[in-house]
Amino acid sequence: MGIAAQSRWWQPRWWQRWRSSPLGHSLGRDRIAQVALAVLLLMALAAVFAPVLAPFDPYDPRSIDIMNSELPPAWVDDADPQFVLGTDAQGRDLLSAILYGLRVSLLIGLCAVMLQALIGITVGLSAGYLGGRVDVILMRAADIQLSYSTMMVAIIVLAVFRTAFGAQLYSDLAVLMLILVIGIAEWPQYARTVRASVLAEKQKEYIDAAQVLGYGRLRIMFRHILPNALSPVFVISTVQVANAIISEASLSFLGLGMPVNRPSLGSLISSGFEYVFSGSWWMTVIPGLVLVVLVLVVNVLGDWLRDVLNPRLYKGS
Amino acid sequence: MLSVRGLAKRFPLAGTRRWWRGDEGLAVHAVNGVDLEARRGEALCVVGESGCGKSTLARLVARLIDPSAGEIHLDDQRIDTLHGRELWPLRQRVQMIFQNPYASLNPRMTVQQTLLEPVRLHRSSLSQSEAQEHIEQVMRSVGVDPSWGARYPHEFSGGQRQRISIARALSVSPELVIADEPISALDVSIQAQVLNVLMEAQASASLTYLFITHDLSVVEHFGDRVAVMYLGRICELAPARSLFSGARHPYTQALLSAIPRIRGQHQPQKLHGEVPTPVHSPSGCVFHGRCPLANARCREQIPVLRETQPGHTIACHAVEEGRD
Amino acid sequence: MALLEVRDLVVEFGLREGASMALDGISFALEPGERLGIVGESGAGKSVAAFSILNLLSAPGYIASGQIIFDGVDLASLSESALRTVRGRRIGMIFQDPMMTLNPVLSIGEQMLECLRAHSNCSESEARHICIERLRQVQIPSPEQRLRQYPHELSGGMRQRVIIAIALLLDPQLIIADEPTTALDVTIQAEIMQLLRELCDNEGVALLLITHDLGVVAQLTHRTMVLYAGRVVEQAETAALIRAPRHPYTRGLLDALPERTEPGRPLNQIPGSMPGLQSMPSGCAFHPRCNLARARCQSESPALQHGVACWEAAC
Repeated sequence: MGIAAQSRWWQPRWWQRWRSSPLGHSLGRDRIAQVALAVLLLMALAAVFAPVLAPFDPYDPRSIDIMNSELPPAWVDDADPQFVLGTDAQGRDLLSAILYGLRVSLLIGLCAVMLQALIGITVGLSAGYLGGRVDVILMRAADIQLSYSTMMVAIIVLAVFRTAFGAQLYSDLAVLMLILVIGIAEWPQYARTVRASVLAEKQKEYIDAAQVLGYGRLRIMFRHILPNALSPVFVISTVQVANAIISEASLSFLGLGMPVNRPSLGSLISSGFEYVFSGSWWMTVIPGLVLVVLVLVVNVLGDWLRDVLNPRLYKGS
Repeated sequence: MLSVRGLAKRFPLAGTRRWWRGDEGLAVHAVNGVDLEARRGEALCVVGESGCGKSTLARLVARLIDPSAGEIHLDDQRIDTLHGRELWPLRQRVQMIFQNPYASLNPRMTVQQTLLEPVRLHRSSLSQSEAQEHIEQVMRSVGVDPSWGARYPHEFSGGQRQRISIARALSVSPELVIADEPISALDVSIQAQVLNVLMEAQASASLTYLFITHDLSVVEHFGDRVAVMYLGRICELAPARSLFSGARHPYTQALLSAIPRIRGQHQPQKLHGEVPTPVHSPSGCVFHGRCPLANARCREQIPVLRETQPGHTIACHAVEEGRD
Repeated sequence: MALLEVRDLVVEFGLREGASMALDGISFALEPGERLGIVGESGAGKSVAAFSILNLLSAPGYIASGQIIFDGVDLASLSESALRTVRGRRIGMIFQDPMMTLNPVLSIGEQMLECLRAHSNCSESEARHICIERLRQVQIPSPEQRLRQYPHELSGGMRQRVIIAIALLLDPQLIIADEPTTALDVTIQAEIMQLLRELCDNEGVALLLITHDLGVVAQLTHRTMVLYAGRVVEQAETAALIRAPRHPYTRGLLDALPERTEPGRPLNQIPGSMPGLQSMPSGCAFHPRCNLARARCQSESPALQHGVACWEAAC
């Protein structure tokens, strides 16, 4: 017996249980997943503690001096060592801007996915369990939603909103709007996944048993079916977080996302893009790299999670 | 206690309906006019081969699915017309045990939660500690150690899980228990344990069983009366003793001769042909295509159940005419 | 000389927690034309035994030690390509679920021809002729038409007959049948059993039958071996084993059958359940469930002596 139940003070019970679960066991052996998880945690911590870590506050106009604009990163000649990753066209410290931008991007990504999951799980659960007409109506609605691309919906909604309510209100509500638009545009992914897994669970005898015991529909749906239908939801959630981050970046790049004075990774890439040809590559390349790494580690973790949670792929060893 | 009259269930085949021509399309006639009565305290067994409609019958009586025709009565109450909230009192009286012990328990609920949930809902007058005491008593009665309460189903073997399922059904103190192949997924030595638990529960709580199985040797041991089903119909209904000593329907005889006994060479009666699909039910007697005694009348006229001896009824023209 | 002789076969499963023994040194021999039944409950290792003979174990299972001598050759030491000439050709296999064995997108004829072509170089028309002959032999009506049909067009019983026909295709000397009738209805089971018995008698093929059903074993085999937790607990002529079982486990299994007890009386049950691979008891693996167990049974594992492995029964 390899992992004996020796109790040591530095190995509390929950740690041992995690280590012996399929998830913990597989993570212990998968180098790539370990690295991805470490990078993701590092980025998340950096984003959360951005106000502490960042040398400047990019939201504070007083800390910005136009004389410092377009300074290259510290390792390039004639740089100012004060700005490790250089500055942008307005003289903002790029490192600080990226830390704050990461914060906005992650916030929008996570909240949008939570919204997607909330709508999608409710719809998928109702469609799968109730079946019949409810199923037909809800799933056709999902099909219609899917036939518009996310970007198209987002562009139209955001553009209309901006013309209708003005740029000032728009920039105040930008985070909320992006969450709503990306959240609503992508719920069918969840609805379809949840419906498929509800249909599979519904066939099982414990659901028959619950019906024979007289449990109400809501109780059966939320207490009995839902907890057993969630593992694919975790898998697609990772992919969806990555997609939501990309959507936000794309919209910001197109000028429909975060305003320039409250940077996200997308709007940083966008505002730096104009200066690429004048030699100031760092303004767009560095936030671009951060975005690529972020999306990559999330997707790697998603792949790993799918392999572990998929019972057909999971083998005893 | 339980009485079923002319019960039928059709499952429409998807894609065969032509509503614009008023054509209802093809349907699987899973249960096709079944009359059955179970007396209080008896074990009524329904046997038959796969596809004969015995599980559909169980699900109809448990009100998991709605019948296409016919009536189901429990004592004096008609139950096939009840829906939703009206079924609530019935749910406490009629319970079901399922075939697959690996699918019949919610994998994310502990044994404790699984057993406590029905008690809380159906007997809300009980206090927390009374409910707890009640389920511990039920657990002990089916040989489940109450200390297992905090564990999850995947930690148990098939036999233990089946006991937990039985405990869940018994926790609301039902009168009628429908058991759909409760032991066929278990090992031989475990089958005996579970059968004993079911028999003890019957004796101590004066339960009525509707016991669905394909295993005739279990029926012989367990059943008071036996109904043999073929293609959605009952072909013979008799007390277990008289069925095993003197089955007269040709299908029952073939079924009995096919049991692999451990003693003596058996000479199974061969049935020619195969079970027809329940989509295109044969005309007349459903068994005529494979029956060695079939004649022209069998091909045209549907036989009805007639009593040949007290309590022993058979649906067969050949037996009726004395051709067997 | 025995057709198949298995000596001290040990099969292990390499699990996360370390290797555990699925088969703990089993030995048996099978004469040409003999029918041997391996009986056991799920987890006893009976299917592992069947699969290990042709080295079809899938990871994490592997043969740790022992010999499997088939017609003078040790199959355990053969290479994968050498094994392929034995599989299907000299040893046929029948599995529990015919739908798992037959390829759903190929017709019956294509599957049979493929098998025939892989092992012999006969002409198209010859091969067709052999296939039809085999299908007729397993009593499939109108075999010429069946060749064009697909597995889903056949009933369960017919599919199992096709499987048997494929197993017989190349005149094997041994057929290994793993629960061949478990998925079938009783009337079909009776027909398949009769067919297997007749085929083995007429063709002189040996049969290794793996099942949990003592009734099937009683009707079909000459000799029976009872497995419990990866060990042989009893081995005897089938008739003698049924009449006078010597190991307490065999006795318990037989007594647990409903036909052995007066209707309505409690059945004789064996308490407890089979131990898992990870929690094998010391000494005799059956001792926690045995009503004859003594101190010695807990500490020392009994060896198979005169056909029975039990301290109480051996003397």
